[in-house]
Amino acid sequence: MTDEAALAATPVLLGRYTDASITDRIADIVLARPVHWGWIAAAMVSGALTLLFVVAISYLFAKGVGIWGNNQPVAWAFAITNFVWWVGIGHAGTFISAFLLLLRQRWRTSINRFAEAMTIFAVAMAGLMPILHLGRPWFFYWLIPYPNIMNLWPQWRSPLMWDIFAIGTYIIVSLLFWYMGLIADLATLRDRARKRWQQVAYGLAALGWRGDARHWARFDSAYLLMAGLATPLVISVHSVVSLDFAIGNTPGWHSTIFPPYFVAGALFSGFAMALTLAIPMRRIFRLKAFITARHLDNMAKLMLVCCLIVTYSYATEIFMAYYSADRYEIAMTVNRMQGPYAPVYWSVVLCNVIVPQALWSANVRASTVSLFVIAIVVNIGMWLERFMIIVSSLNRDFLPSSWHVYAPTFWDLATLAGSIGTFALLFLLFVRVLPAISIAEMRKLARDKEAARA
Amino acid sequence: MPDARLHGVMAEFASPEALLAAVVRCRREFASVDAYTPFAVDGLADALGFTRNGVPAITLAGGIVGGIGAYVLQWYSAVIDYPINAGGRPLHSWPAFIPATFELTVLGAALAAFFGLLVLNGLPRLNHPVFDVPDFDLASKSRFFLCVRADAPGFDAAVTERVLGSLDPVRVTRAREVER
Repeated sequence: MTDEAALAATPVLLGRYTDASITDRIADIVLARPVHWGWIAAAMVSGALTLLFVVAISYLFAKGVGIWGNNQPVAWAFAITNFVWWVGIGHAGTFISAFLLLLRQRWRTSINRFAEAMTIFAVAMAGLMPILHLGRPWFFYWLIPYPNIMNLWPQWRSPLMWDIFAIGTYIIVSLLFWYMGLIADLATLRDRARKRWQQVAYGLAALGWRGDARHWARFDSAYLLMAGLATPLVISVHSVVSLDFAIGNTPGWHSTIFPPYFVAGALFSGFAMALTLAIPMRRIFRLKAFITARHLDNMAKLMLVCCLIVTYSYATEIFMAYYSADRYEIAMTVNRMQGPYAPVYWSVVLCNVIVPQALWSANVRASTVSLFVIAIVVNIGMWLERFMIIVSSLNRDFLPSSWHVYAPTFWDLATLAGSIGTFALLFLLFVRVLPAISIAEMRKLARDKEAARA
Repeated sequence: MPDARLHGVMAEFASPEALLAAVVRCRREFASVDAYTPFAVDGLADALGFTRNGVPAITLAGGIVGGIGAYVLQWYSAVIDYPINAGGRPLHSWPAFIPATFELTVLGAALAAFFGLLVLNGLPRLNHPVFDVPDFDLASKSRFFLCVRADAPGFDAAVTERVLGSLDPVRVTRAREVER
């Protein structure tokens, strides 16, 4: 049997579980298992970075956006790079939970819950970035259409307005979808919990779910409808984000390939982040029976597919610059490869095009260490790609008199590091407070597996 | 004379197959039958005679309201209430209105699906007679419950208990209404 065939035979659930044992196994991570040193160490590091985020935001509010390196012509820089990167990371979570549900990919069962949590926390970080970047952040609600004493309405023809609706809808729908799937598991925790405060907290959150068969029937249809809604939504969100760029006439932005290019990039970084979170999580909480080599292999393959689409997009951008014979597009392309940000461009090529090619090898996909390293490299590469698109396009636009080389300040870096820490802290708390794997769906998976064995 | 304070008679089963067989049997004898399971058991709702699933219709209505509302809002604000002539471009520039219309269609449908689900299921409802039944905490883990409700005409607790007892349950219990 080859490696490939052996892996294909790896089940999505290792070992034999009953309804009761699978419930205890997952619920005990929240209710009974003592805290692991790995969790404490990660929580301390991410807690410190969260404090840094608070300091960076406080200082920003005290001093203004001048503490960042942004200036004309590079007005967008780190804040918008972070925004696009974080939104993109969210996309893989929705893809796993919604798209794979519609396609009846049952291996998604043990990874959808934490992937959805990843989506929510990533989109929360993304949503902060444009507000921090506003300069007058307390006026952000002016983007929302409501009858007001200024007698003003938003500019509906601007992609920045579309963004508000896309991101706002995305975070609300992701939250509802996640919570809907959680209700039955919260009822399980309510019934398992021994401490009074846990019974009250989980009891309130479970809304009195009692597993009524008619409720389950409605739940199934609502959950499927929600997945059907989330799937086109997730495609639309990064398409709209890409239109923030593509509608502008800046060389390097004004391109029709942007929507699919951004969606593929979003899924690419999202699968990388899902692997970055899954690999340590299954180790610390000993979940290797639930998140098996098969899951990691499937995510790695999806990451490779996204890598190829992104690579094709890079090639198309270069081709179109020369094919269009637009001197500004050609100059922009040469500037990317040879200008002040050339190291960024070549790092992007290395991280996003060359390194992921290792995923063709089944041995690389089977090794958690190499997968983890590649996932980290892709995370970095995708952040740099967004930086490349924004900064290296803006820094030299049309007239050399307005050219300027942007460099980040300490506060730019602190905001990025702080948002990563806050995201990690939220995720760590999630793993301890809520079931990171859908218990109700796993019961069904375990039963079907036992039935197939019988 | 039915006991006014009785919610129904509950039987506890160890497997979904046993529950499903019991539901099919009880549906022939009794008018109102409920079932409680730790996960969605295929075919159970059908066996209970559940046909009126209102969720899809509510979701559709939410999507229509969201979509039309978003478009009308944009049209009204851009054409009627706050028209701006920018280089002679049409005020009713419908292609630019599509993204927000699409997003709010999805948002309206998703909100309707979520809250429609809660309302149709009668949730949140933190207290319910079945919660007082012994072992019911296992309904969210590994046990499958059947309840013959007392609100149907001609309900007789003793007869019901005898029928349920013949279906090989783990145990049969009476569920009392919640004291107020």
